[in-house]
Amino acid sequence: MDLNLSIKKKLPHFDIDVSFSCRKGRLLVLVGPSGAGKTTLVRMLAGLDRPDHGRITYDGETWVDTDTGIFLPPQKRHVGYVFQEYTLFPHLSVAKNVAFSAADKGDVPSLLRRFNIWHLKDRKPDRISGGERQRCAICQAMARRPRLLLLDEPFSALDAVTRQNLREELQKLKRELSIPIIHVTHDISEALYLGDDVLPMVNGRVVRKWMVQFMLKGRLPEPEQFFEDRADYNPRERRDLSVLYDSLEVMH
Amino acid sequence: MDPAPLYLSLKLAVVTTVVLVILAAPLTYLLVYVRFAGKSFFEALLSLPMVLPPTVLGFYLLLVMTPQGSVGRFWKAATGSPLIFTFAGIVLASLVYSLPFAIQPMKASFEKIDRRLLESAYVLGLSPLAAFFRVIIPNAINGLAASAILVFIHTLGEFGVILMVGGSIPGETKVASIAIYEAVEALRYRDAAMMCLVLVPVSYFFLLVINRLTQRRIYGS
Repeated sequence: MDLNLSIKKKLPHFDIDVSFSCRKGRLLVLVGPSGAGKTTLVRMLAGLDRPDHGRITYDGETWVDTDTGIFLPPQKRHVGYVFQEYTLFPHLSVAKNVAFSAADKGDVPSLLRRFNIWHLKDRKPDRISGGERQRCAICQAMARRPRLLLLDEPFSALDAVTRQNLREELQKLKRELSIPIIHVTHDISEALYLGDDVLPMVNGRVVRKWMVQFMLKGRLPEPEQFFEDRADYNPRERRDLSVLYDSLEVMH
Repeated sequence: MDPAPLYLSLKLAVVTTVVLVILAAPLTYLLVYVRFAGKSFFEALLSLPMVLPPTVLGFYLLLVMTPQGSVGRFWKAATGSPLIFTFAGIVLASLVYSLPFAIQPMKASFEKIDRRLLESAYVLGLSPLAAFFRVIIPNAINGLAASAILVFIHTLGEFGVILMVGGSIPGETKVASIAIYEAVEALRYRDAAMMCLVLVPVSYFFLLVINRLTQRRIYGS
């Protein structure tokens, strides 16, 4: 009853090579510097990009299997996807955006109230604030009753106060839902605040999960330990790891 | 002044506009969103009527629309009547002649739509066809309107192509531009001036509307 993923994809500067699982009711955070391949990974989960090799399965259903040529299009995955940038339909009001592909139109008023945007229901997206737009985008994704929720840096363009409010709302939402949630961010504090599982990602690879466990337990690994068995990394990858390590150290 | 040529021009412009907007929208979608071999050649072919002299286009249309030509033969077999020198014939010629004028503004507005809106629509469960009607068309409505108006005024002013494939049959193919030409040839300047007086403000008004439409913000840009 999990989301399972094991994929490879060649990108211009590095290859994505990632395997992980996410259970229902868990929030998995992919954290890493910009350009680490996080968004491409989420797009592959949504069906907007295709991996070169690998498999994605959900609840026993195969979404992608490059060996057998299976590729389930985005329309059939029933995924909720909140993009980094605002992608509400500009010609529709807030309520119509949420109702756009709602599984049950009757859910719309309660969702609008749940996310505190009922009073904005007749406004167009260009007449509401960034935070309100992202609330609306989450609402729109939820109205579809998704089997998997993907959040691609949804709070990155927001001010600190709005960001914190939305983080708290997401925490509440996580407790109410029994679906896997994948959240992408470059903000380590956000990752630690929200994540049941945190996967640090650099240059298309998931770096050791134990590193985050170390952090949660109150101590960082020594740099030598952090970089051990990374001899096969090229100079750029080592530099990216250094950046990640420094940001973890600052957070710590 | 005989109002029949003006009425015929108006009828031709309305029919051409309606057909072309319906025809150009999927063609524009193909050009903007679909990758296929030979796309640049196909696009140049669609734009060719814009740069060809109307008489050259009219000559080739004449060749294919005569009862011996491929299109004319097909039309005769299907309807039992000839295509050349008929209203249907000048409609077909207008469609070919004005096609690039329908596609260009539409293409500009389609290209301004953020592709992530389409991706969002796909993730929300819409098929490409549903996304075309529910996302692209509503967000390109200004471009569609600009296309329609441009085709309308362009068709009102058509002369060379219509003359080549339609001649000047009163009530059938004698549109306003041909009637003006004939009136001037016959030194009936008053008739020519009256028809011009109708066409100039109509064209000017629609150009103003196009300017307003293209200056307005297009959603999704």
